Amino acid sequence: MSYVEVKGVAKAYGKRTIIENINVSVAKGQFISIVGASGCGKSTFLRLLLAQELPTHGEIHIDGAPMAQEPGRDHGIVFQRYSVFPHMTVIDNLVAAIAFDTNFWGRLSRARRTEERTKARKTLDRIGLGHVAGQYPADLSGGMLQRLAIAQALASDPKILLLDEPFGALDPGTKIVMHDFLQELRDETGMTVFMITHDLEEAFKLGDRVWAFDKPVWDEEDPEKNAATITYDFDARDDGIPFQTLRERTNVLQAR
Amino acid sequence: MRWINRRPGPVLATVLAALPFLAVLGIYMIGSEMRLAVNPSDKLLPAPTTILSTAERLLTEPDRRSGEILFWLDTWASLRRLLIGVLIASSLALVMGILIGMLPYMRAPFAPFVAVFSMVPPLAVLPILFIMLGLGEVSKVALIVIGIAPFLIRDMSQRVIDLPREQFIKAQTLGASSMAIGLNVILPQVLPRLIGAVRLSLGPAWLFLIAAEAIAADQGLGYRIFLVRRYLAMDVILTYVVWITLLAYLLDFALRQISKRAFPWDGESL
Repeated sequence: MSYVEVKGVAKAYGKRTIIENINVSVAKGQFISIVGASGCGKSTFLRLLLAQELPTHGEIHIDGAPMAQEPGRDHGIVFQRYSVFPHMTVIDNLVAAIAFDTNFWGRLSRARRTEERTKARKTLDRIGLGHVAGQYPADLSGGMLQRLAIAQALASDPKILLLDEPFGALDPGTKIVMHDFLQELRDETGMTVFMITHDLEEAFKLGDRVWAFDKPVWDEEDPEKNAATITYDFDARDDGIPFQTLRERTNVLQAR
Repeated sequence: MRWINRRPGPVLATVLAALPFLAVLGIYMIGSEMRLAVNPSDKLLPAPTTILSTAERLLTEPDRRSGEILFWLDTWASLRRLLIGVLIASSLALVMGILIGMLPYMRAPFAPFVAVFSMVPPLAVLPILFIMLGLGEVSKVALIVIGIAPFLIRDMSQRVIDLPREQFIKAQTLGASSMAIGLNVILPQVLPRLIGAVRLSLGPAWLFLIAAEAIAADQGLGYRIFLVRRYLAMDVILTYVVWITLLAYLLDFALRQISKRAFPWDGESL
């Protein structure tokens, strides 16, 4: 049942504990939104999920596998910036998701590359980036860049997708388009997603659960003293009002 | 309108670019004129026409003893030393720079060593090079390599460190090995940086070349300049200086064009 298992995780840098006492389990296909004030360990937790850093205490298991020691193909990641490779064309950024893993050199044979480019071309057409396939990331708008970054992360078929404020730098209109894009992809792939965001509306709109990171005790003299943890785990299905939907079987035709 | 917002048009920009060159030429011509008026056999500031006729003689007339045109012989000898030196230094810098920048296990032993080694004044070790490697080609090339490689290595490793960490993480999540990251993420992104750094180190490279040639050589642009210095042959020296400057500028220009063509994703540079 539980796909991602986080048991008693704490992370400290020297004497300073950033997060502690994190125990959560996530079912396959769930969308977790992570919110919280700055400095409450959201990004630290994401780095632990990504295995970019290892927890000081506790364990993180994905799909029952032993704990990852470094980032790998189980993790898909999209950052707010610098997620795609600036020296590769849009289409080659997608092909890289296949090429990097093929061998020690991270290179495809000529025939294989042509084949993968054809596949990548189809993906690009589907996500509305077909017309910029040959261009470099520097020529793309913020929304297109993040679209490419998400497609690239998913192209390696990860077990979990981690999004670190992916839409934080986008304008409101583009943001909404990107929400639709992400929801479509999710419906298609059934991906388990963790997304950090500062936008509460976005958190509840996209997430099945919303985790709030906060410090249970704030020290007035030294705000950095205490560690943060997950203080709330909201059920965010149906925009956060799961129990207000009509549960009884009725014979009356419903408006929905 | 404020001066920071005023821009010269294309024609005026060209004229402005030519102005300092013309000014230097003009000052030289006046100085030469004045000295020659006092003493027609003055050698310090030969008239531009004298320089031109000397240049023509240097470029076309073969040497009486060897039957070869020394000017081209010198050019070829110097360019070969310079290019081999720069090539070795930049290959070394590319490999060492990437390794130091990306692998903590390479950075730990080599970064401090390169930092200290780069402080050794290259000209101070020139005698050592002459003693150990002889007076031939090897010691001259070695001086250029020793002179510019430490700077290039340090610049390259810094460029690797400056690459956004996010790219390294992303590459790992796509399954790339350390080798795959070095080859496909780091190498293509630091290559234009390498060309930029090589362009900056061309000046020092010429300096070390000419210094080495001045001390011990039997041909080369630097050798010729220091040879004819004994006869106060300013016309020959000036011809060679202009020629060296032109060569250096053309090399710089060529590198910039290569960088522009080969790395279209890279931004504008001076």
